[in-house]
Amino acid sequence: MTKLLTILLLYACTLPAHAVLDAGQIRQLAADDSTEKVAAIRLLTQTADPDAVRVLKAMAADSLFLAGDQAVIIDGDQAFDAASGVAVKMPGAPESITVNNRIRGELAGALAALKLFDAEREVRLASARELQSKVSPEMAPLLAKALEKESDPEITALLTLAHAQASLGHADPAVRLAAVKALAETTSPAIKSVLLPLTDKASEADDKVRYEAIAAIKAIDGRLALAENLGRVFSGLSLGSILLLGALGLAITYGVMGIINMAHGELLMVGAYSAYAMQSVFRAWLPDYIDWYLPAAIPVAFFAAALVGVVMERTVIRWLYGRTLETLLATWGLSLVLIQSARMLFGAQNVEVANPSWMSGGIELMPNLILPWNRIIIVGFALFVLLLVWLLMNKTRLGMFVRAVTQNRAMAGCVGVPTARIDTMAFALGAGIAGLGGVALSQISNVGPDMGQGYIVDSFMVVVVGGVGQLAGAVWAALGLGIFSKLLEGWAGAVIAKISILVAIIIFIQKRPQGIFALKGRFVDN
Amino acid sequence: MRQPLTLRILSALDTRSWLAIGVFLALALVLVPVLHLAVAEDSAFHLSTYFITLIGKIMCYALVAVAMDLIWGYGGILSLGHGLFFALGGYAFGMYLMRQIGRDGSYGADLPDFMVFLDWKEIPWFWSGSDSFGWVALLVVIVPALVAFVFGYFAFRSRIKGVYFSIITQALTYAAMLLFFRNETGFGGNNGFTDFKRVLGYSITSPETRLVLFGLTAVLLAVTLVFAAWLVKSKFGRVLTAIRDAESRVMFIGYNPLWYKLTIWVISAVICGIAGALYVPQVGIINPSEMSPANSIEIAIWVAVGGRGTLIGPIIGAFVVNLAKSWFTVSFPEYWLFFLGLLFIVVTLMLPQGLVGLWKKLMTQKQGGAA
Repeated sequence: MTKLLTILLLYACTLPAHAVLDAGQIRQLAADDSTEKVAAIRLLTQTADPDAVRVLKAMAADSLFLAGDQAVIIDGDQAFDAASGVAVKMPGAPESITVNNRIRGELAGALAALKLFDAEREVRLASARELQSKVSPEMAPLLAKALEKESDPEITALLTLAHAQASLGHADPAVRLAAVKALAETTSPAIKSVLLPLTDKASEADDKVRYEAIAAIKAIDGRLALAENLGRVFSGLSLGSILLLGALGLAITYGVMGIINMAHGELLMVGAYSAYAMQSVFRAWLPDYIDWYLPAAIPVAFFAAALVGVVMERTVIRWLYGRTLETLLATWGLSLVLIQSARMLFGAQNVEVANPSWMSGGIELMPNLILPWNRIIIVGFALFVLLLVWLLMNKTRLGMFVRAVTQNRAMAGCVGVPTARIDTMAFALGAGIAGLGGVALSQISNVGPDMGQGYIVDSFMVVVVGGVGQLAGAVWAALGLGIFSKLLEGWAGAVIAKISILVAIIIFIQKRPQGIFALKGRFVDN
Repeated sequence: MRQPLTLRILSALDTRSWLAIGVFLALALVLVPVLHLAVAEDSAFHLSTYFITLIGKIMCYALVAVAMDLIWGYGGILSLGHGLFFALGGYAFGMYLMRQIGRDGSYGADLPDFMVFLDWKEIPWFWSGSDSFGWVALLVVIVPALVAFVFGYFAFRSRIKGVYFSIITQALTYAAMLLFFRNETGFGGNNGFTDFKRVLGYSITSPETRLVLFGLTAVLLAVTLVFAAWLVKSKFGRVLTAIRDAESRVMFIGYNPLWYKLTIWVISAVICGIAGALYVPQVGIINPSEMSPANSIEIAIWVAVGGRGTLIGPIIGAFVVNLAKSWFTVSFPEYWLFFLGLLFIVVTLMLPQGLVGLWKKLMTQKQGGAA
């Protein structure tokens, strides 16, 4: 069937164009020396003739033979003249043409280049992309030809680049200069390394070209730096989302209820272990739907952490309202108990939580700026949780009660709000949100008994900088801290960045002891 | 009416407390050396090196607990960063101990081992003078004092207090821990300082040196306790307590709380630094984990367990918690965190005055029953 198709195709190709190829050139393909063969292939490629594709393909498929002085393509029991494509009499003893690995590589490159003349846009685009990395100086005329014909802007852009790269070795300094100028418009470390030799006097004699190359590298460096900075802003954004997810629960328990919950990090841990548990459940019983374990883990984590929160509130925190420092110590004790429980349940080692397949990969914005899907999804997830919290606090009866109780507990109690139950619910809500944050954390960092400890300082920083009881403050603080620390990391390293951030926060609190959004009013004693 | 200083110091403690200190010092300076050196090793009364080291270590912790009580129990300021001052004192003295190793390190070089390992050619500038005991002894006091002064000045000036203060002190010690974990910082990275050989020319592992360090710690603990008792009884201490209870009112009367808080904060840091300096030669290692937030918050539990605002309570707390720790971590290693966690919870819920408060309550009940 395939054979038949090939024949039909070959036939179709031969019909409109007749004997355009130079027979002598084709004859060269059968030269004894590999180097001569390569030269012949390159020469043939430059014609950019569709017929050349036919011949080169036949050569790659070992069906090109030599019959006397004539190159023939033999397909089954039929023979065609290689130059014209006209059917000929089957030769008696065809001489096969040796195709070694070097020739095969050359043929593959040539065929890829010739695909630039394909009718399909996608084929041309793929070919242009492939050529970016394996362009040779001999391809310059071919690329120029392809450029002339090309109308698609995307392919044109790629071809211009490839053409410029190919022209860098041109004998005429003017052509080289134009090529360097064209390459200066790019943003790719690979192009930079192509240009680098031109800045050396030994390999580039022309001053103008050399200066232009230096300028071009500078321009590329500038754009590379821009991409790098954009990348940092993005990773700052994603770090900010992680901080926000860590801090949102605290914004409720600390910000609204006035409880220093040092076990908050362990509630994140509960969420992360919930993700791990769901992964194990899916592996054991629903291996076909393993990619869906993560969405399934979201409600599980919320309720698991909320349940732990209810237990914490009912047994310990309930007795400590209004005694902030005491809640700090007692919840620290709770966190130790939770850490040890996790060690006994899941082992002291970190467990492995895999990214679902739909979270792998990323979007490539620039050659050196790739936004990974798991980070993008975490940013989106943070927005989702933020919206959830906002809706819960501002649009539901529970939220209204929580606000009422925190503003005036006695009055709320008088009008019939069950204050004790609201306290429990609010704390459970904060814990549940922490659980959601834990699911997100399980996708980007280690899941282990000690993981919570690493987030507690950061989470408190966010809440403190944002201002107590301020959801908007927490958002701004998380994003600000995230982006600021990633930008700092760029030139100072992770640890120094972290230290400077902490010092900056300490100084910031000097200036605005109430956080970004201070509650307005006068206080004597608080 | 001015009293001579001696009298004032004497009146800082009542007769019973003086008696207790006397008994404690007699035990530490006479009985322990005798039982350690003079009693045969197979005797039931022999005190092992392990025991001496353990008690010496806990006495250093008790010093920190007293320092914490000054700032928390009397100043009302909960610091979660006292581990930093402790470690700074430890590191300062550790520098001296590292230089005392001389060429006996595993590389046999003039530089401390970790510097050879990191391929450093000469001692960094901040290590200069570290081979002089006098200079290092000065650093032990000055470094924590300076850090505490700068941090405290800014924090107290803008009236950061309560939880905010606790959290930024925690951030401070956390930042310092990250800094010291780095090799480039010049303090041995995550391994810190260890493998000490000598102190002031004496072998650091010999029983005599250990006993001297032990005795020194005991004397220092007693002196610190008397000093603290005198301090809180003085006018300064009473203003401090007033600030703790109603800062604004104290301000309206005309005091500036800044200097009171700053003074006690720096004193507290210095005591911690000295405790750290005594701790390092006895335990034989100092590393950045001493600055972990968990360590600093554990100091608070010693104070809370014993009873804050009592000075003697924190010492009791430090002993109870740390003896329990060394027993638990050997016998039931997996339950230690449960125990410590429950201790945090139970003490805050049931014993707001700590063990000393419980004792006082029991005594008044007994007296009430007798009457």
